Amino acid sequence: MAFEYEKWLRPGKLPHIWCPGCGHGIVMKGLIRAMDTLKLKKEETAILSGIGCASRLPGYIDCCTLHTAHGRAAAFATGLKMARPEMNVILVGGDGDGTAIGGNHFIHACRRNIDMTYIIMNNYIYGMTGGQFSPCTPTGHKASTTPYGNPDPCFDIVELAKGAGATFVARGTAFHANQIDKLIVEAVQHKGFSVVEILDDCPTTYGRRNKFKSVVEMMNRLKEIAVPVKAAEKMTAEQLQGKVLTGVLYKDVTKPEYTAEYAKVIERAKASK
Amino acid sequence: MSKKVAFLQGNEAAAYGALYAGCDFFAGYPITPSTEVSEVLSIELPKTGGAFLQMEDEIAAMAAILGGALAGAKALTSTSGPGLSLKQELIGYGCIAEIPCVVYNVMRGGPSTGMPTGPSQSDVMCAKWGTHGDHPAICLVPASVQETYEMVIRAFNLSEKYRTPVLVMPDEIVAHMRERIVFPEPGEIEVIPRKAPTVPPEKYKPYDTSFGDVPPLATFGSGYKFHVTGLNKMQDGFPTTKAEIVQAEEERQVRKVVANTDDIVEFEEYLLDDADVAVVAYGCTSRSARYAVNIAREQGIKAGMFRIKTFWPFPDKQIKALAGKVKGIVIPEMNLGMCSLELERCAQGKVPVLGIFRVDGEPINPDQILAKIKEVI
Repeated sequence: MAFEYEKWLRPGKLPHIWCPGCGHGIVMKGLIRAMDTLKLKKEETAILSGIGCASRLPGYIDCCTLHTAHGRAAAFATGLKMARPEMNVILVGGDGDGTAIGGNHFIHACRRNIDMTYIIMNNYIYGMTGGQFSPCTPTGHKASTTPYGNPDPCFDIVELAKGAGATFVARGTAFHANQIDKLIVEAVQHKGFSVVEILDDCPTTYGRRNKFKSVVEMMNRLKEIAVPVKAAEKMTAEQLQGKVLTGVLYKDVTKPEYTAEYAKVIERAKASK
Repeated sequence: MSKKVAFLQGNEAAAYGALYAGCDFFAGYPITPSTEVSEVLSIELPKTGGAFLQMEDEIAAMAAILGGALAGAKALTSTSGPGLSLKQELIGYGCIAEIPCVVYNVMRGGPSTGMPTGPSQSDVMCAKWGTHGDHPAICLVPASVQETYEMVIRAFNLSEKYRTPVLVMPDEIVAHMRERIVFPEPGEIEVIPRKAPTVPPEKYKPYDTSFGDVPPLATFGSGYKFHVTGLNKMQDGFPTTKAEIVQAEEERQVRKVVANTDDIVEFEEYLLDDADVAVVAYGCTSRSARYAVNIAREQGIKAGMFRIKTFWPFPDKQIKALAGKVKGIVIPEMNLGMCSLELERCAQGKVPVLGIFRVDGEPINPDQILAKIKEVI
């Protein structure tokens, strides 16, 4: 029997705003399957986002949803989680929202290791504003504000999250749709700050400027560059040139989780009365 | 039983006032001259089981209190000028999404880094016009340590009653001076709880105006699920660009405060009954003004003081009436003429409005005010 997405979607809120060929819908379906697998309760699950195409996702899902300001989802979520540690907290957003204007909140949420999952849809571009380059636009590529090629080096979101202290870091792609929910399930189950980067496509504002002839070509590129982390172990550095690792790339279960640590602060404070 | 008495500075009193009001969530970022609020609450909040967060920046602190408030917390942040500038983005979010919270801002010199340890009253316009777009503004300005304590409680009450961020803005002098404070007993000062929804979750809309201009706010995690956005929204919380809905919602957001100006505005009238000259003052400057009025009276000059306690909404009605009674208004303030503009607007040219403006980090002295009173006579 086909999976029933409708039970997680808000009636009357579709169609979504995303362009034909955009991968965000694939990620949303992955998230829905993951929440279903995890049997999350809608009333006890908060989904937050910032601003941008990907950040419209929470509005479609029938949970406690908070569409915050640009880049600020992790900071709002930190407050929400501290006020209600029992809630499941999931953040969604794009690469510009999360790593540029929200970069500071992102790294500090990683550092605190507060229990929530951040799904970053990396389509290498600011899509909603018409295709300006983001911190994840590859060097040399074209954007509406890099007509001569992007001079900026770009972030590796996985390395950024690991370096900042996140304790679960995974990467998937919009092509590998069946892997997305599995990564999200494991991320949500992890006690701590988990990051799932999904390499995505934006045919409208990125693809057409960078010589992708079709959405199929963009999807094929995601298929070609992705190397599962286990397969990569058997490959040479030369073979891995131009590839990106996918799967669960980092996991640390020893670092204390923030709300649990704060519960200890409360205990110590009460004992000091 | 005698009441508990302490010798506190304004910032410390603010922290204890917040606790009296039931504040169970604080997020801040260190900034002079408001850090004592954080320091006291870092000690006291965990004892009550509440959450204390020091965030990565001012914006994050504002975001955290909004997130906490939506999850049911009574949330506070504290800051000063440059931090207030940074928080403006999300004060606007709190206004449009209608999230109760309190922002305590100590006024120091500016713009930019200005004079971090010097007093000022130059954030009063920022309190209303700092964030972009039309929005409601409630801003209280205390003049003593006791009043700082009480105004923080009142700010929580107003934020819950009108479902909007409320600012409490002492100048650095009030924030840092030490005075005797008498703590109220529990229950002595009313604490207004959040208006909870009366409909079941499946019928709940976060901006349901059938409940009036201030619709009840459910909390995340309490069985209610709904959508909150910073976009112009419909009654169900979802975004809209429909002209008539946007117009109606924007007007309601402002109206819920403006139409209740009489409930929100508090002020003090001192020797104004027979006054020829009215000194209008707020914060620390009102203390010099009171002194100057007393000396003027001793010298046979009929002076009085109108002390602004609620800066926004501005006491238009009272100032208009005052302008019809006196020969002139004197406004001493520690900026280059902010309240002065509001007074001129309300006085409508009926009487002269004479300003004393200081931005050098020094308080305005009674003799300066007395000299200006004499200019009116």
